[in-house]
Amino acid sequence: MNNPDYMEAKKYGEDISLDEELYRNLSGFHIKSLYGPEDIPKFDYGTDLGLPGEYPFTRGIYRTMYRGKPWTIRQLGSLGSPSEANRRIRQLIQMGSTGVSICLDMPTIMGRDSDDPMSEGEVGSCGGVAIDSLEDMRNLLEGLPLDEISINFVSNSQSPVILAMFVAVAGEQGIPLAKLNGTMQNDILKEYQAQKSYYFPPRPSMRLTIDTLRFCSENMPLFNPISISGYHLASAGATPVQELAFTLANGFTYIEEGIKAGLSVDSFAPRLSFFFKAHNDFFENIAKFRAARRIWSRTIREKYKAEDPRSWRFRVHTQTSGSSLAAQEPENNIMRVTIQALSAVLAGTQSLHTNAFDEAFSIPTPRSEKLALRAQQIIARESGVINTVDPLGGSYYIEALTNEMESVSYEYFREIENLGGVISAIEKGFYQSAIADSAFKYQEEIEKKKRIVVGLNEFVTDEEMDIELREPDPEFEKQKVADLTALKKNRDLNVVKTCLSEVRQVIQGSDNVMPVLIKAVKSRVTLGEIINVMRDIFGEFREESIY
Amino acid sequence: MIKGKKKKIKALVTKVGLDGHDRGAKVVASMLKEAGMEVIYLGMYQMPENIVKAALDEDVDVIGLSYLSGEHLIFTPLIVEEMKKNGLDNVLLVAGGTFPAEDIPIMEEMGIDKVFRAGSLTESFVEYIRDNVKE
Repeated sequence: MNNPDYMEAKKYGEDISLDEELYRNLSGFHIKSLYGPEDIPKFDYGTDLGLPGEYPFTRGIYRTMYRGKPWTIRQLGSLGSPSEANRRIRQLIQMGSTGVSICLDMPTIMGRDSDDPMSEGEVGSCGGVAIDSLEDMRNLLEGLPLDEISINFVSNSQSPVILAMFVAVAGEQGIPLAKLNGTMQNDILKEYQAQKSYYFPPRPSMRLTIDTLRFCSENMPLFNPISISGYHLASAGATPVQELAFTLANGFTYIEEGIKAGLSVDSFAPRLSFFFKAHNDFFENIAKFRAARRIWSRTIREKYKAEDPRSWRFRVHTQTSGSSLAAQEPENNIMRVTIQALSAVLAGTQSLHTNAFDEAFSIPTPRSEKLALRAQQIIARESGVINTVDPLGGSYYIEALTNEMESVSYEYFREIENLGGVISAIEKGFYQSAIADSAFKYQEEIEKKKRIVVGLNEFVTDEEMDIELREPDPEFEKQKVADLTALKKNRDLNVVKTCLSEVRQVIQGSDNVMPVLIKAVKSRVTLGEIINVMRDIFGEFREESIY
Repeated sequence: MIKGKKKKIKALVTKVGLDGHDRGAKVVASMLKEAGMEVIYLGMYQMPENIVKAALDEDVDVIGLSYLSGEHLIFTPLIVEEMKKNGLDNVLLVAGGTFPAEDIPIMEEMGIDKVFRAGSLTESFVEYIRDNVKE
């Protein structure tokens, strides 16, 4: 502290008059020009950080982190047709991907079959796979080692049906449920807050979520039944600290709902996982993960009384920031993604998806996808950053930022509590307007050049960059609808009717919906047919247009 | 005030089909409001018929479409046709979002007056709307 050089530098840091507005992170925190011991005055190594793998897990949830097990390289393996997606997944595994995420196409996301009039023109859209029936799930997963590779279904409102299909296909392949790996995103709260692919009002949706949670905790101990997602909140405009606070508050809500339904916290908390975005601001991003681990472990242990140390661990998948990618000079996105990926690794993520540079135009080509995957391998194998655990722990700046992220999160928790909790806050439009305000402010900062996007609002050049893009297959939708029509013709309609009336009965009552869903999908009842029965009983949710 | 046009410009901002990526549409709606226009935000999950009906009912000067899930070439002709059917020739049609650059001339040929790419700044589209709103 009495080092004269340090004191001199500190004075310089205080005196220098700079435009403070320029030095704010994405959450709006003012960043000082220099950080020192006085910025973390009550810092206590044991209480605030602890060893990696030990409570409160600030430095990471495992003792040896990437030396023990590298993060899962989890790229997207979904493309329109289930068989094509299957081929893509095999290619990704061959290139060194150790997990895979499967997105659904817009109709499946919205609970519509490919032959629904609302689906016209959107079958196989958005880089997602079209799942109508068990047949599609079978083609998608054909020959994949489901007990070895970890599959993440980017599935939300339709999760009970997708889970039923997954369980049915695993059964056909002879894999015991207890050995099934993978994740169902199944995070309905963030749908109302940001992604907007909801069908029913929040409360009946929560009942379905709890049904899946109970089914998985009783039958699938290695499977993650919910991936509580901040990514979508951030993509809709939430700042990093809003992403942190809102996601954790959602996590606590699932814990409370599970307990309310009679589950013991330690029976399901260890299998809850998270999904964060790696934003542009490098150190802010790292502080967000560290704060998340600390808040989660303390709350789960102290407030919800979990005793199993596995319940205290905040396990997280990360994706680089799709919304930070620019259509202007798209190859610049390769550098953006690499920097974001590095920050996710230094933050201690368990799993990572790097975006392809052409995503501001279209879904990726095999070439751009490969480049994205290579960024991860170069960080893992060439940069040396994995040689030691939590290399940034103890940095004055990182620890001060982590503390600030934490204390602002608690302010948000109080605000949400005052609104009556997460579901009430959704019903009152709190998230929708908070997120829209942040999105507006961000755009305004870009317009006023308070935030620079290279090639977009600074260093702009006129030249058009020619890049190769993926061509959509115009025949796919016709083929998919024809296949579905044939499937619907060739099944026993009486069995279908019986299954649907069983689904109706269970939905109207309070039994777990999973067993009847598994039976229904095995009898070739389609996803759209099941969801339509649920819509009929639960009603549809419409949000007020808040902007 | 606004280049000889007396009345406040009225804009309808919306999304077509099943896609719920509404960040861009909401930001644009706010930006147009900031710029002094009256904004009808119709929100997500609209079909061409609803959009045109709302445009008629509200007597808007401009319709803004936000496309993010690759559905732009499917819905654009449907909306243009619905507009023609209902005599909305004097309503300006603009679009923005995520799509390949080479689709922009195709969309304009289909009948969109102007397409703005992701990353376009507010000034560019506010100015365009002010200069091109049809009498």
